[in-house]
Parts: sequence; C-alpha cells; structure tokens
Amino acid sequence: MTLPPCYEADDEPDDPSRRKFMIGSAAATAGLFVAPLFGEAARQNAAATLQSDPNAIPVSLDVNGKVHALKLDPRTTLLDALREHLDITGPKKGCDQGACGACTVLVDGRRINSCLTLAAMNSGKKIITIEGLAGEGRLQAIQAAFIRNDGFQCGYCTPGQICSATALVREGHTGSDAEIREWMSGNVCRCGCYMGIVEAVKEASRA
Amino acid sequence: MREFDFVREHEVPGAVKAGSRDAAKFIAGGTNLVDLMKCDVEHPAHIVDINALPLATIERVPGGVRVGGLARLSDVAAHPLIMQNFPAISQALLVTASPQIRNMASVGGNLMQRTRCMYFRELTWTPCNKRNPGSGCSAIEGENRLHAVLGTSDACIATHPSDLAVAVAALDGVLTLRGPAGERKVNATDFHLLPGNTPQIEHDLKHGELIESLFLPDAPHAKRSAYLKIRDRAAYEFALASAAVGLDLNGSTIRSARIAFGGVATKPWRAKFAEAALVGQAATPEVFRRAAEAEMKSAKSYGQNGFKIELMKRTLVRALTDLANVEPALSRFAPAGEPAPRSGGAA
Repeated sequence: MTLPPCYEADDEPDDPSRRKFMIGSAAATAGLFVAPLFGEAARQNAAATLQSDPNAIPVSLDVNGKVHALKLDPRTTLLDALREHLDITGPKKGCDQGACGACTVLVDGRRINSCLTLAAMNSGKKIITIEGLAGEGRLQAIQAAFIRNDGFQCGYCTPGQICSATALVREGHTGSDAEIREWMSGNVCRCGCYMGIVEAVKEASRA
Repeated sequence: MREFDFVREHEVPGAVKAGSRDAAKFIAGGTNLVDLMKCDVEHPAHIVDINALPLATIERVPGGVRVGGLARLSDVAAHPLIMQNFPAISQALLVTASPQIRNMASVGGNLMQRTRCMYFRELTWTPCNKRNPGSGCSAIEGENRLHAVLGTSDACIATHPSDLAVAVAALDGVLTLRGPAGERKVNATDFHLLPGNTPQIEHDLKHGELIESLFLPDAPHAKRSAYLKIRDRAAYEFALASAAVGLDLNGSTIRSARIAFGGVATKPWRAKFAEAALVGQAATPEVFRRAAEAEMKSAKSYGQNGFKIELMKRTLVRALTDLANVEPALSRFAPAGEPAPRSGGAA
C-alpha cells in the first residue's frame, strides 16, 4: 500500500511497539503513582487470582488464529477476557453497555459488541480483533483507507470502527453515504470524524 | 456483577431442566441480560447458555413462516421469506439497535427484553415497582418524557422497548413456548402483560420455559405491511412512537387492517379501535386520522410525555398513508371544501 506522507519508512503504522513506548514513558513520568500492571505481569496476576477461584471455568478462545486455553470467572465478558487476560487491547472499553461500539470485534465473521457477551459463550468461535486484521505487516484496504481519509483523530474508537467497517464492506450496505452512516451507527466517534469514516468505507468498498 | 455458574446446553430438554432451577436464566444474545447484570438489576444464580440449541431456522410451514427463537435479528431482517411476506417485521428489525447488536440478539430475547425506563435501570434512583415491587414508581411524577401514555397504571408507566414485538403483535404472531410441562402456544398479543398492580410480571412465560419459535401467518395485510419508527435521532435509538401497519385493499377500500403501536405503551400495543375504524372505509388520510383518534382516546399524559399522544397519531397517519400509497392530505394548500389530490389506491 502507499502510505500517506506523514509516515516515515521506520514508522510502521502497525508496529506494536507504540503501546510499549507509551507504557514506558507513562511509568517514567508517573513517579509518585503506583505503576499499574501491564502485559505479562497482568496475565500472571490474573492467572494467580483465578487459580484460587473455585468458580473459574475452562474457556477456549480462538483469537486472531491462536487458541488460548483460559480459566475464567463466568462473569468475564469477552472484552475483559481479551483485554485483561490476553493483553489484546485493541478492543476498547468505552461505555461497557453496547452503546458506543469501541469494543467491536468479529466473531465467526460477524461484528458484535464484545462487552455484551460472556467469554464463555464464545468458546470455540473464531474471534478477530483489530490486531488480527493486518497480515504480514500489510494493512487491509479499510485500514489504509482510514489513514488516507483521516477517519480518526484521537484513535480511541478506531479499532471498533475498523472492525465494524470491515464487516460492513462484506455485508455490502455501502450504496450511499446515508446507507454507510446508518450501518456504521453502532460506532460512536467523539472526535466527530464521521466525514472521514464515511469516505474511508466508500473507498474500501470500491477496492 | 454478582456471581453465577455457567452451563451450555445442547438439547432443549436439558436446557429446560437447567433453566428450571431457582434463580436460573437462559442466555441467548446476552445484549440485554449481560447489560442488566452489570447494572445489578438482574442477578441470576445460574446462567444457561442456549445458543447451541437447534432453534435458529427460518422456514416455510403450512400457512406461514416459522422463525426459531434463536434466529438472530440480522438474519431474520434479511431473510427473503420475511422480506417478501412480512415486510413490517424486516423493517422493524432494520431500525432496531445497531448492526452489532442485531448480529447478537435473538428473536426470543428481543421479545423478552426489559424496559429502558431509567429508574428501572438505575439502582440509586429508587423506587421502582418493576425492579422492587411495592416500592413505588419514580417516573409518574419524575422524568417521564420517554414513558408510556397507553396501558399505564398507578404502579408503572414504563414502555416496552421492542420494535420486533410491535410488528409481531400487528401481524398476529403466535409463540411456541417449551417448558417443564411441555409445549404450549400463545398469541403474541396475549404474551406481553399490562403492568396493573404487578409490573414486575411482564409476560406469560413460566419459570423454566423458553421461546422455541415464532409463527407468522400469511395474509394479504401481512404482505402489504410496513413499520415506521420516530426517534429523537435518526439511528440507533429507541422509539418515541412507532407504528406497525398492514392493509388489505380492494381498490381504495380497506378490506382488513392490522395496526400496533410501539414507544407509547407499556406493552406492544395492538390498536383494535384503530383497525375497526378502518375496515370498509376508503384509504384516505382523513380516515386514517379518525382511526388514530379512536385508538388514542384512552391515552393519558403524565406531563413531559404528553407530546407522544399527537406524535403517535401523526405517526400512524403517515405510516398508513405511505402504505396505501395515497397522497398526503395537502390540506394546508388545498382550498377549503375541495378534496385533496390523490393518486389512487392500490398501487
């Protein structure tokens, strides 16, 4: 793909090191605050908690092509399983009640709100998050289209927007701007980048 | 969220048994139940996952179409049998929630979904008779712009939030329920209950029973049907007023009519008075307005929600006018005494 001019060769947009960088700099500047647990530490912490939890049940989650055998409290939503237990933090916890769409992922190819489903209900299903869309370091057409068309500002809603848009392009409800807006209505953008999002979906639907 | 145990069942008898335990709940899409469990409005001790039950088919059966209780809203909305024979059902589903939620939510769960009354959902704003029977209703003298004007009681004025249930009520849907005592059939119009003094009892489903399927009977007024939903914003919002309408026309004369209201009532509101006012009449906006007046005669304003009475009337007139394909009255522009221009009836 052709990247927009703002991207340098060594600044891969799908480079996962950005999160590590932000965690590192947050820890360096936080000083007085107790550093929260991230990554492997979070996983170990969650695992330690659950080993002592008599209510934990085995849940097998197939996320982005990799199967994870977990033991989870049945109350764990799919979103919390992804974020807190697997450190897959692309899906965001915005409203946690199905109103904002920031947690949107694809389950067996269909877009859903991962905050409104229990992880245990998704055992054995194929789950794709924003992390699983790009393959071999190459962005999907819809991802590139979001960059080219300024389909985001702060980026918080973007993983959900792009998962939703990926499904929408497949569903084919992209015949007009109004149709795209209606079928993207489950994803809210507080920055108000709707113009760019509609353009991105249009561009990807032609690709 | 309070603790519960989780079991996935693969056959209906096992699910019914597991769901019959005290404080057990079935889960299908989870879009309503998980949300209400987070709010601590629902706190089941056992969750029975029924998604593996073979109840998701949509098929033609003698006299109509049968929709499995686990069919997803998005699949029902896009199914040719539904689109061609029951357009009001498809249209109601396409204005329901968001594409993500329609992919998750089941037909049975949608019919069972609980009110969006904020006093019901928000524990700190007690009292609420639906959540805590006998505690009182905060909405009657509180914030009630979104509340019901039909079917209310001194105990509860919360609206039923479903769009699908309104279209199903209009088109004479029949539910097949399966429970410990076997199978029984209930008309959709009898399934949901008025609040009366027991607003916590919302439907005729016994503990342990689940909605196995929904039968939609073929009819000319089902084939020519539509759903119109009026909301505060254009997408992803619950109804302020909605109308499911079906007409069987002979030329421009109405042979039969089916009407139900949403957004204005404590249950999906089958509008029998409006239907009676239409049969045998010409399909004109004036007749439609009279039908709307007939049904809304019993409506009651609670202050902020008074606007819904006129809004519902106009919603019905517009839905019927569009469905009959007659021109709107244009009375503002036509000289007094002259009939409004019309493009003719049964196009």
